[in-house]
Amino acid sequence: MSMDALLQVIDLGFSYDGSRQIFKDISFEVRAGEIVCLLGPNGIGKTTLLNCLARLREPLQGSVLLNGEDMANLPARDIARIIGYVPQTLLPSFDYTVLEYVVTGNAPWMGTFEKPGPEHYQRAEAALEQMAISHLAHKPYTRISTGELQQVSIARAIAQKARLILMDEPTAHLDYGNQLKVLRLIKDLSAKGYAVVLTTHNPDQVLLLDAKTAVIDHKSIFHFGAWQDILTEELITAMYGVPLRLIKVEGIDRMVSVAPGL
Amino acid sequence: MLLLIGMFLALSLGRYSNDPIKVLNVILSKFGLDVPVDPAMVSVVFNIRLPRVLASVMIGAMLSLSGAVYQSVFRNPLVSPDLLGVSSGAAVGASAAILLGAGLATRQIFAFAGGILAVFVTSLVPRLLRNRSNMMLVLSGIIVGGFLSSVLAIMKFVAEEQTELASIVYWQLGSLASILGRELFAILPVFLVCSTLLLLLSWRLNILSFGDLEARTLGVNLRQVRTIVIICASLLTASAVSISGTIGWVGLVIPHLSRLLAGSDNTRSMPITLLIGAIFMLLIDTLARTVSSVEIPLSILTGFVGAPLYALLLYKQRTRLE
Repeated sequence: MSMDALLQVIDLGFSYDGSRQIFKDISFEVRAGEIVCLLGPNGIGKTTLLNCLARLREPLQGSVLLNGEDMANLPARDIARIIGYVPQTLLPSFDYTVLEYVVTGNAPWMGTFEKPGPEHYQRAEAALEQMAISHLAHKPYTRISTGELQQVSIARAIAQKARLILMDEPTAHLDYGNQLKVLRLIKDLSAKGYAVVLTTHNPDQVLLLDAKTAVIDHKSIFHFGAWQDILTEELITAMYGVPLRLIKVEGIDRMVSVAPGL
Repeated sequence: MLLLIGMFLALSLGRYSNDPIKVLNVILSKFGLDVPVDPAMVSVVFNIRLPRVLASVMIGAMLSLSGAVYQSVFRNPLVSPDLLGVSSGAAVGASAAILLGAGLATRQIFAFAGGILAVFVTSLVPRLLRNRSNMMLVLSGIIVGGFLSSVLAIMKFVAEEQTELASIVYWQLGSLASILGRELFAILPVFLVCSTLLLLLSWRLNILSFGDLEARTLGVNLRQVRTIVIICASLLTASAVSISGTIGWVGLVIPHLSRLLAGSDNTRSMPITLLIGAIFMLLIDTLARTVSSVEIPLSILTGFVGAPLYALLLYKQRTRLE
């Protein structure tokens, strides 16, 4: 156990009904500035694990420590001051403007009856600027692209002053160009000292991000470490049920995960 | 300001006399000014028209505000304050009082209790099923509402046609014809306390309208805030309908209109909702008592005005709904 870990996951296990285990014996830690990719086949429990980290679900066993304190004993507000959550999709029901949406990131720092004042709007505007989307501030957030919506959602986590940002499949609904842009944003966030934990389907994203990787494999066995130590052709081939190769590409000087053919 | 002018004009209109100067004189004389007044006019203005004008303003504000709150909590701009069974519960309560031959005061108490009881039962179902999601609450509201409408149907079935049944039907259409100052004072505390609390929580309502998951990741004590706002909104509706009978459309249309005018942010649209609701109901009630020689039930007018207005609002928003 190291002292500077932001988040420590200890022997975590989860079950929806109390009998059938979704996952168990999960232990890892996340430090400031680190990117951790949760990788695994569909339905294995990646999102459930992510939700346990945000205390949106209560684990069956084990615990999650936030700055050394058990999250089970922390009020939701204290958790929200450290952890920001970027859901896979936003389902807007009213057409708030982007700024009105992002300003709600201040909520964990405000009293129950308090309304946002100039300083809260300033913080929201600064977050938009950091995401380079200031021009969207007064547009309804129902009328921007999914790529922009993703940036807006991240901007709110920044306005929240979160130090750990959890993202549930941040690239799921984006076209290829926007997928790469979001990965770039994640890389920038980590360079600024934010810790990021994200779920993904695509092992190549782990390589692109040069991230730590947490894998729940097809047998529900958990692996964690630097990707160089965890990702093998055997593991990803078995995990996804199709032949996959990890190859160093000359000219761009990085490893890629590719299918050798169909 | 518009509301005050409207209230003054409404005070001036009625069967006895339509002279605004006389009304102005009556009001000025109350402030100690020496102006000629018609004693009969004083009585008309203060005992008949004023309670009614104040009641319509308050009830309009209450129904609209609680509609706005329900729409935010249930993330649906098409929801009205009846969603959790307040109105059906109040109707059953009022009908029970009518069948028991009870007086007006008892009927109002029964209606209020019926409305609150219905919401309480609705909120109990998700707890018993250990699923506290919003969806479960909505479904529970449908169950309770459906059950209560059957209870109401039985009551109408056994009611004596000429008197009791007529009273029940009339109650369900809403009216402020027999309003008294005393009744205003009975609902005033509910109005003041609940409206203030809801306006204070208006920004939190924005967050609730993002849905459970987002609200929780923002550290909002979801269960607490949701419970408070649902209780307040339901108290507002129950108090309003207990003295007026059910009035349709207001709680649905006015919040919609306000969001169109002031934007979706509840910190801005909720005060507007309160104000427009008050003006709208004042207008409707003034029409109800002046247009024809008989009182027109309020729901008839709110339907005639509200439905086309709603269609117009949807027309304006059609591009946003794509």
